[in-house]
Amino acid sequence: MSTRNDSPVGSSGNLRSISRRLGGAWPWFVGLFVTAVLAATSDDVASRRGWVWWRDYPEGWVRSPADVISRATKWLVNEATFGLFSFTQFTRAISFVIERPYGWARAILVDGFMDGVGRRADQIVPPLSWIAVIVLVAALGRHASNRRLAVLIAALFAYLAVFGQWASAMVTLSSMVIAVPIGVAIGLGLGIASYRSARVERLSTPVLDLMQTIPTFAYLVPILFFFGFGPVAALFATIIYAMPPMARITTLSLRGVPSDIKDFGEMIGCSTRQMTWRVLVPTAKAGLMVGVNQVIMLSLNMVIIASMIGAGGLGFDVLESLRRLDIGRGLEAGLAIVALAIALDRLSQAYAVRDTGAVRASRRASLVVGAVVVATFALGYVIEAVRNYPASLGVTSGSFWDDLISWINVNYYDTLEAIKLFVLDGFMLPVKRLFLATPWWWWVVGLGAVGWALGRVRLAITVMSLTAFIALVGLWEFAMFTVYLCSVSVIVAMLIGVPLGVWAAHNERASRVIGVVIDTLQTLPSFVYLIPVVMLFRVGDFTAFIAIVLYALAPAVRYTWHGIREIDAQVVEAATVSGCTPRQLLTRVKLPLALPEILLGLNQTIMLALSMLVITALVGTRDLGQEVYVALVKASTGRGIVAGLCIAFIAIVADRLIAAAARSARERYRPEQV
Amino acid sequence: MDDRKRVALEGVDRRLIGSTPKLVCEGAWKLFGPGAEEFLNARGGTATLDEIGTAGLVSAVRNVDLAVQAGESFVVMGLSGCGKSTLLRCLSRITELTAGRITLDGRDLGSLSRDELVDLRRHKMGMVFQHFALLPHLTVLENVAFPLRIQGRTAAEREARARELIEVVGLGGREQHFPRQLSGGQQQRVGIARSLAVNPEVWFLDEPFSALDPLIRSEMQEEFLRLRNMFSTTIVFITHDLDEAVRLATRIAIMRDGEIIQTDTPEQLILRPANSYVEEFTRRIPRAKVLTVGSVMRASTNVETRPSSDSVVRVDAKICDVAAAVLAATGPVRVANSTGSVVGSLDRETVISVLADTRSR
Repeated sequence: MSTRNDSPVGSSGNLRSISRRLGGAWPWFVGLFVTAVLAATSDDVASRRGWVWWRDYPEGWVRSPADVISRATKWLVNEATFGLFSFTQFTRAISFVIERPYGWARAILVDGFMDGVGRRADQIVPPLSWIAVIVLVAALGRHASNRRLAVLIAALFAYLAVFGQWASAMVTLSSMVIAVPIGVAIGLGLGIASYRSARVERLSTPVLDLMQTIPTFAYLVPILFFFGFGPVAALFATIIYAMPPMARITTLSLRGVPSDIKDFGEMIGCSTRQMTWRVLVPTAKAGLMVGVNQVIMLSLNMVIIASMIGAGGLGFDVLESLRRLDIGRGLEAGLAIVALAIALDRLSQAYAVRDTGAVRASRRASLVVGAVVVATFALGYVIEAVRNYPASLGVTSGSFWDDLISWINVNYYDTLEAIKLFVLDGFMLPVKRLFLATPWWWWVVGLGAVGWALGRVRLAITVMSLTAFIALVGLWEFAMFTVYLCSVSVIVAMLIGVPLGVWAAHNERASRVIGVVIDTLQTLPSFVYLIPVVMLFRVGDFTAFIAIVLYALAPAVRYTWHGIREIDAQVVEAATVSGCTPRQLLTRVKLPLALPEILLGLNQTIMLALSMLVITALVGTRDLGQEVYVALVKASTGRGIVAGLCIAFIAIVADRLIAAAARSARERYRPEQV
Repeated sequence: MDDRKRVALEGVDRRLIGSTPKLVCEGAWKLFGPGAEEFLNARGGTATLDEIGTAGLVSAVRNVDLAVQAGESFVVMGLSGCGKSTLLRCLSRITELTAGRITLDGRDLGSLSRDELVDLRRHKMGMVFQHFALLPHLTVLENVAFPLRIQGRTAAEREARARELIEVVGLGGREQHFPRQLSGGQQQRVGIARSLAVNPEVWFLDEPFSALDPLIRSEMQEEFLRLRNMFSTTIVFITHDLDEAVRLATRIAIMRDGEIIQTDTPEQLILRPANSYVEEFTRRIPRAKVLTVGSVMRASTNVETRPSSDSVVRVDAKICDVAAAVLAATGPVRVANSTGSVVGSLDRETVISVLADTRSR
């Protein structure tokens, strides 16, 4: 940073010594000081001088594209044609492509094949028996890896049956069976296209960026508009959400294929198609499977949100219970999603590392599975228990959770309330006041200055225009709520996560425990966090804060841990030999060297916090997430998209600034990696 | 006659046969970076290293001329980063030249359409890679058969051919192994078998043994010499190891900073180095292993030798191979050519000075 070298021209020695102690950081302190002064005086200025614009962005200056967008979508649905076909026909064609296979999957797993329509329909072929499904997935586990995996997966599916989640889980599974292959196919195609053509890549990168940063709620509205309420809309939203990583990973893994292998393909005269499908894709298989795994996990993440526009299944159960504050049922359905997630995650990971050719599909196993399917099918007509898991053998833990929560509430209400008030008054509200009192224009200018310091003109312009957009569309106050909630949560997540990461990097046993906890936190769908927190703290900012911290904690821990472990062992030895105490070693050597990684962790933490923020709108925060949620409820396309864009822009501003900071930290500490 | 000697003789014979140019490269330039072609054209097709550097381009190949004769083993030798691998990729048009022309059997590669080029590579070229470049998801058998599969041959045909080649490179019994289950040397044997599957007319080897341990490397060099005699193909071999070059080459091109400094037989490189760089390079090589009798003998058709020494050495034998015989003789020995007529004599002093490696330094 060039600002480091501009020594402050202080006339008094006192100032000079202060600036020396602050080092290169003095402009940052000046900036903070100005911010504090402006925040403290903005009320005065606004009221005494009558300069309302000084503090709040004036309403008269608002130019929101929300109405235009709403009108445009209406026009698309009602009138737009592309010459040969109309837009509606286009969306119907997509529906058709998705609906048919989804119908079959559902018929096989849930409904059975029907004759006739509606209530009078007769089931001519029943769905697969629960026993057949369990045997089938266990066989897949055996095929992918070993008997242990088979047992684990069978147990997880048996859990679904025993805890009475079977029907819902099969609905969810059938949407996964459709969404994942389509998402993988589209992502693979797009990834290959970007690998082959620089132009496609230039076009697709910003689109993928936006798809990943814009909160899902924002595009639920237009999707609802185009496809109507139902499983097709839900699948479409799931695919949009889950596909981008596949595209990125595909491009990356194809680039990662050793150049020798590419030259070899050229040398033996491969056609373009042979090159792609015979040489590149098989060689990059391990990387591609990581992408498939990502698609599966993200699709499961969408399960609950997608149920808002008609997905049904486990997601719907969770959402219903959340609305009725029925913690027991909600947790059970949530855990069922987790069980499904773990089973599918392990299965896809096993296929990723599978020893190719070591075990070819054994014919005996397929015969056994086939026999079980036929036998259960036949027996199902005779014995009801084979067709459906007998309810009398079901177990439920719902009442246990309900009792636990009410017991805590009865006995510890005061304690919980005290903690809540302490954190709110001592930490959250002051930050909130500071953020809301700081004049809007100072945010634009200040962020621009930070952008300039980290990345010169281009970054400054990007940051300033994105920030100004939020003010222009009149969502400034909502945005500040978002930034405030996000900031307090991220600060706390980092304060907890970084030390945990440091600890895990230094202590083998701690790392094992922390690893398990972090893995679990990441597989849980975000909604599941909300349920117990709401029960304990009721709706409000504090509840949202806790849920966000829990959800966003993982990357803070993981990146710190990774960053410290990656430090060259020789550097640590050199520092030890020159007499560093463990404390000096950590603060003078390890943390600075791990700084770029930690900053990346910060970045990820912010992204996760923002995505969770939208979901916490359900518990009544007053931020942009609420705005998006309201738009969803009112089916107001423009409003939802504009608010969604604002959230995406906050994410992009944070991402660009932190990425620039990480780059400059890397230049300073690890020039060899630049 | 031991194996090495036979091979050495073979090499020389080949050189005598190979008088038709197979692969010719004229005025080849390869510069990396945007606008390289315009840059070179603006300078009338030539540029110094400094000029290239200031233009922000990276030079890989500069004004290279070479003609590989049919059936010869042409070795390109240079230190890492000298552009030799890029040159090899230009010869097969995997990398497009910035300027210049490459002809194979008189056909300009640059004028070929994509389809013609694909066809040419499928049937006439084979390449061995430094890091093997085996496909990890295929077995040894499938890897070797892969080029044939790309050509669209029938399964039976390609399996038969692949099995045959696997046998030739000594990997019989490992057909169903996967690459990662093999050692580096074995993997490269697969790579070699694969490159020979299509019976190539031109065989490119890009530092094929550099990634192997010294012992395995020497074993693989033997293997290479054996295969060279089995398959009569034209060979372009890239290496950074001068010992390897001398051992395997009929001719060597020494490359530095993208330019070829000298192209000659190993012997001539030692006897008449083009400049101090080549001289410095070749100094380490034991001369007795490279120099032939012909290059140091006293040439004369009527040689008076004492009747006691009736031993005869061949004119194309290496000094190290005849040293014992010459030193054991009481006087100069006669030197005969391949038809048996005497062409000169070789005395003990000459042999000793070659063995003792006394050179003007």
